[in-house]
Amino acid sequence: MANFKKATGVKDWLDQRLAIVKVGKVMGSEYWIPKNINFLWAMGMILAITFGILLISGIFLLMYYQPGVDTAFNSVNYTIMQEVDFGWLWRHVHGVAASVVFLIIYIHMFTGIYYGSYKKGREMIWISGMLLFIAFSAEAFTGYMLPWGQMSYWAGMVITNLFSFGSLHADGFVEWIRGDYVPAQAFLTRFFMLHVLLLPLVCIGLIALHFAALRIPHVNNQDGEELDFDVEAKKYLDGDKAGSKVIRFANDFMSKDMMVVGIFLVFFFYLVFWNYSFAMDPVNFDPADGLKTPAHIYPEWYFLWSYEILRPFSVDLGLILFAFAQLVFFLLPFMDRSPNAIAANRRGAPFMIWFWLMLSNMIVLTAMGKLPPEGIYSTIGYWSAILFVVQWLMLPIMTSFEKKV
Amino acid sequence: MKNKEPIILAVVVFFSLVTYYLVEPYAHHVLHKHVESENFAYNDLPQMSKTGDAARGKDLVMGAGACIGCHSIDVEGITASMEPHAAAAAYGVNPPDLSNSGVVYNAKFLADLIKNPTHALKVEHAYDAEKGQMHPMVPFYGAGGDIEQEVADMVSYLQSIAVAKEDLTPKMAYENACGRCHAVGYENWTLMGTQPSFKHKKDELAYQIKVIEYEDSLKAYMGKLPPDLSMYIRSRSETFLRTFIENPQNHMEGTAMPRTGVTADTADKIIEHLKDAGDPKREEREEIGMYVMIYVIIFAIFAILWKKQVWRDLH
Repeated sequence: MANFKKATGVKDWLDQRLAIVKVGKVMGSEYWIPKNINFLWAMGMILAITFGILLISGIFLLMYYQPGVDTAFNSVNYTIMQEVDFGWLWRHVHGVAASVVFLIIYIHMFTGIYYGSYKKGREMIWISGMLLFIAFSAEAFTGYMLPWGQMSYWAGMVITNLFSFGSLHADGFVEWIRGDYVPAQAFLTRFFMLHVLLLPLVCIGLIALHFAALRIPHVNNQDGEELDFDVEAKKYLDGDKAGSKVIRFANDFMSKDMMVVGIFLVFFFYLVFWNYSFAMDPVNFDPADGLKTPAHIYPEWYFLWSYEILRPFSVDLGLILFAFAQLVFFLLPFMDRSPNAIAANRRGAPFMIWFWLMLSNMIVLTAMGKLPPEGIYSTIGYWSAILFVVQWLMLPIMTSFEKKV
Repeated sequence: MKNKEPIILAVVVFFSLVTYYLVEPYAHHVLHKHVESENFAYNDLPQMSKTGDAARGKDLVMGAGACIGCHSIDVEGITASMEPHAAAAAYGVNPPDLSNSGVVYNAKFLADLIKNPTHALKVEHAYDAEKGQMHPMVPFYGAGGDIEQEVADMVSYLQSIAVAKEDLTPKMAYENACGRCHAVGYENWTLMGTQPSFKHKKDELAYQIKVIEYEDSLKAYMGKLPPDLSMYIRSRSETFLRTFIENPQNHMEGTAMPRTGVTADTADKIIEHLKDAGDPKREEREEIGMYVMIYVIIFAIFAILWKKQVWRDLH
């Protein structure tokens, strides 16, 4: 048993029992962050805040949402949107945040790729981040089912159909996932459970893992410079704040985080009140009707690029390439054979071109995924999908020739 | 070291906007057929050559025109002879009350409708007289005089009994032009009219059975049950609704939905009513939006000042 003394105050009382001073240092004031970073390093904080917004708005929505095939649509569009005070606000906040969180995730991912933040001990940061991406995707998809509109129903139909694995005709597996032959009550209730319980738990667990993965290798910096954190931290604590290459997480880095968050929130709430339809597809304001297929079925914008990798090919090849596209990002730390862990613009032309081409091509795939698969769009989509695969296959070969800078 | 943040921000914004443009405005431009509004001019319908006389029109409507055989005119004390579901069983759809037709519908449209309903309604493709497919509204073949004059008189009469344009509410416009085929559940509107509240479950069920009977008649008449329009203001764009109301055939060739023949003012009111049904919090949204923006802008300013203060020592 530890030796407890009479506390000098509340803080001391808590400190003797919870070591709050030490925890504060470890998590905040002596959690060292490189100084040489730009605002892109604040995307993590924006994501954490947006996740918080989703969680809180979700809790409010959960108080009135009814997961029944006959009641879901009206509980969202009538009860929440019209009857409950500020229900419309929570719903728009939830819907827009669910879309914007993916924009920030993509910026966060491409920042990681650009600055080589998945290399040299940071592999687990990347992998846990990709697991989060998958968990968020599942969370977004299950949430999209809940208003039980036309897009909910038909996207649910199309995506669960993928699990018949093409020529394997695993129809029994699809029925097992749906709990029925078609999306119906069993389907809606289990997706509701996944959306409000299991997947949020998985997300929270993975967020903890993602943060933990950051601990040992530390945050990367703009120049990929390897810092001796102990030496730099000592310099800081000795008073040479300007000369030290590191800063405290709290309040130094956090003040910058909050500055970026503040600007982000202005943009976010502009979307919530005045430009929300990109996040809330009009088609989903028609109630689900299993007898009436919408003219165009497409996923939300953040899934379009992978949808377009699936779509131009025969069922089996499409599924294989789709699986490839989902999994290959996990392998990035091992496929990039380069000895350099620095920004793309300093790694020479091949990787620099690879990066900007990958980014642009994924935007092209995103656009083609929404456009009808006809004529020129079909051709562009087909070649873009092939380019995507080729780029990834080239990466290990290309980077193994890269010279140490 | 040079501050690269503005250029990084520009790059991020550029790629985000390109993606947005392609996925939203551009994709929707490709996905949806563009239909130009005809400004509710009904240029395909002939101009009315005669000036109508309301008094003579009244005689025709009440007498030789035989309008009141099927239509009620509440303002004149001529009530419907059948309940809506029975009328729907007889005609396919409950014939409209004519009290406000003169203000809801375009005059040229009314004139053409009286003489040739399927032409004015643009549903000629659905009715073939040779196969015995008759439109429930019987054309007016004239009462012995100049048919153009007679039709002008009847239109003039309908205009004389209607409420003033300013007094036509969005709800009235909707009920007159749309409400006999399209329910609006969120406004408690069924094909039978506004659903009353019932004390006894038995009465409620009896009412609902009538609604179902009406729906069945309408389904047989139209080929399918026309959709509930509660959320149409969110599921369709305003431009779509306007041009669709103006001429459904422009959007969906061969659709069973007739041209409504409403005036531009009525169309605005119908859309207003759909907003009341599907987006009643739009004004609150604007107002709260301003407050939230003011709050977050102040928050952002303080956050920027805090950062500047903290980082003063770090450079």
